[in-house]
Amino acid sequence: MTVRVGEAAQAPDFPSASHELLQNAQLRRNVRRATEVIRAKRNRVVAETPDWEELREAARQIKDHTLRHLDFYLEQFEENCSRAGGQVHWAQDADEANRIIVEILQERGHKEVIKVKTMTSDEIGLNAALEGEAITPYETDLADLIVQLGNDRPSHIVVPALHRNRNEIRQLFMEKMGLKELGDRPEDLTAAARAYLRDKFLRVEAAISGANFAVAETGSVCVVESEGNGRMCLSLPKLLITLVGIEKIIPHFTDLEVFLQLLPRSATGERMNPYNSIWTGFSASDGPQEFHVVLLDNGRTNVLADADAESAGRAAGTAAAVMSAGVTSAKDTLDCIRCGACLNVCPVYRQTGGHAYGSVYAGPIGAILTPQLQSMQHSQSLPYASSLCGACYEVCPVKINIPEILIHLRSKIVEQGAAPLSERWEMNAAAFTLARSNRLAVAQKFARVAQWPFERDGFLHNLPGPFRAWLQSRDLPALPKESFREWWAKTKRGPGK
Amino acid sequence: MMDSKTVVLQKIRNALPAQRERREPEYAAIQRKYLQAGEHDSAHRLALFEQRLRDYDAGLHRCGSSTIAETIAGVLRERQKKSLLVAAEIPVKWLPQNLTFVHNDALTYAEIDHSEGVLTGCATAIASTGTIVLRHSNEAGGRALTLIPDYHLCIVHAEKVVETVPEGLRQMASFAAAAITMISGPSATSDIEMTRIKGVHGPRTLDVILVI
Repeated sequence: MTVRVGEAAQAPDFPSASHELLQNAQLRRNVRRATEVIRAKRNRVVAETPDWEELREAARQIKDHTLRHLDFYLEQFEENCSRAGGQVHWAQDADEANRIIVEILQERGHKEVIKVKTMTSDEIGLNAALEGEAITPYETDLADLIVQLGNDRPSHIVVPALHRNRNEIRQLFMEKMGLKELGDRPEDLTAAARAYLRDKFLRVEAAISGANFAVAETGSVCVVESEGNGRMCLSLPKLLITLVGIEKIIPHFTDLEVFLQLLPRSATGERMNPYNSIWTGFSASDGPQEFHVVLLDNGRTNVLADADAESAGRAAGTAAAVMSAGVTSAKDTLDCIRCGACLNVCPVYRQTGGHAYGSVYAGPIGAILTPQLQSMQHSQSLPYASSLCGACYEVCPVKINIPEILIHLRSKIVEQGAAPLSERWEMNAAAFTLARSNRLAVAQKFARVAQWPFERDGFLHNLPGPFRAWLQSRDLPALPKESFREWWAKTKRGPGK
Repeated sequence: MMDSKTVVLQKIRNALPAQRERREPEYAAIQRKYLQAGEHDSAHRLALFEQRLRDYDAGLHRCGSSTIAETIAGVLRERQKKSLLVAAEIPVKWLPQNLTFVHNDALTYAEIDHSEGVLTGCATAIASTGTIVLRHSNEAGGRALTLIPDYHLCIVHAEKVVETVPEGLRQMASFAAAAITMISGPSATSDIEMTRIKGVHGPRTLDVILVI
């Protein structure tokens, strides 16, 4: 079994990828503007919800409970979905899920398929797998269409083409849709996409969707969207295949009352998104006449197995143990409902955009999800792509404590011996020095002399060797002429005595 | 070789603690301190519903239960529509004379695409979010009917309007086996520079007649 998260295993590490992206002023402007707009809308509709905190807490508890009984709820979902006429498949990893989907399409002779936005299909690299078997996938979400036509990569969970502005999109549409004239207003571009996709919706006989929620109690599936492309794909074709990560299960139908309040407000800043589709199996008189669900693991059970950041950290005697004295577990990562709110507030994401994360899952949630799905074998630079400011935790609608999980993952990386040699040397040296006060005193005396060539106006502006990077964008106050301990020893009882 | 279902379930069971709380009491203990039922009286509830619909740029009309047909006629005159598709469960007495109403489950997508619009009822509606809940294929017809045409006229009876999302979901739970579409305003996208554009693939114009 091999867990694949898009191209994450081959992607360059975060520091080198972000270095390149930070040079792209246009991209940074686009990302900054877009995230500011969503944040303002989100803040407005959250502020008018008096029971927001109670909803968050209920969501967290529902998700926690579901994960604790995930085996039961998955089987219950399978039973109820099957009873309503759906066919349920289980996939251990990306390759198996792709194989199942390709086979269903091939057996029925489908050469084309329309797709509703599904990050999970990007995770497993489904489009490439389909194209490899001469099946053409058409992305139908406007942003996904922009990404697909431009041979680009998604940069945001909710708005995947957020890094593109109207002029870039106009150029792309004219070229790929063969249009001689096209305005550059978003209205014109949207109308062009509507016309381009209309024929595909009415003609193509197979569709692939993801799922926002899958209800164990009823076997129902729920897809949340804005444009109507979801309804088109879910209603019109003869065959529907829905790819569901095993963490998307919720126990009861009425649990939707919590998530359908949290998700739209967090994701797009709407009280409710324009369209939610909920269906159960299939109906002989309406909609697709054949319905398949593919339940996907692809590393999710690895995340579940890392049940307790606290005990893991404490056993290793690391800083994570101190930081996570609460009830945070790394498995809380699976609570995520993919709203993207953490991306929009993240000071790191807002500088680099999504591509630097080298994964379909960008931003703070990507920094904890991608490495964990891959059992910490790849993407080890991602848990460091954060200033730990905590803004992501504050906006998370299901209260995932992302900063604590980041620290937990950093400690795991160090335990695996993956930290750079220089960092390990520095940490060992620091541990040795700080263990005895006389060692610290010697070190301070030495440093006071050694800093002399670099000091200017009481500050150090650059240092040689391993310290160079630390001072690249900040100054460090120079060590004072006298340490506190020296001053105390000299005055005995403090000042004025 | 074990099948994938067995493997995945086994991995889940290995990951979870050997001793687990019993499922039902644990579920029942989930704290739900959020707003369950609404606090407004019926007049305020309907006013809130209308205000939310107006936020979404839906057209808005009120009438009594005896004047539904003439209200529909007025709305369609204003929109310059002569013929609409209708869901099979729409009562004939709602339909005004001199206009054409077609209910036919055998229409092709292309035929639906060429229609001037569709008239349906709704199963329930949620005031706080301005949501109309369509139950297929009952009073809302098949799913294609409210999706492919560019115009949707929806009749909402006042007694079907609840205030909060939890109240709405409890109504929906009673028909959860049906395909359900929740509509909160016309289709929209903000994918290009976060500018909200109304009307992408679903009906670009939504009119609502609230029957008091």
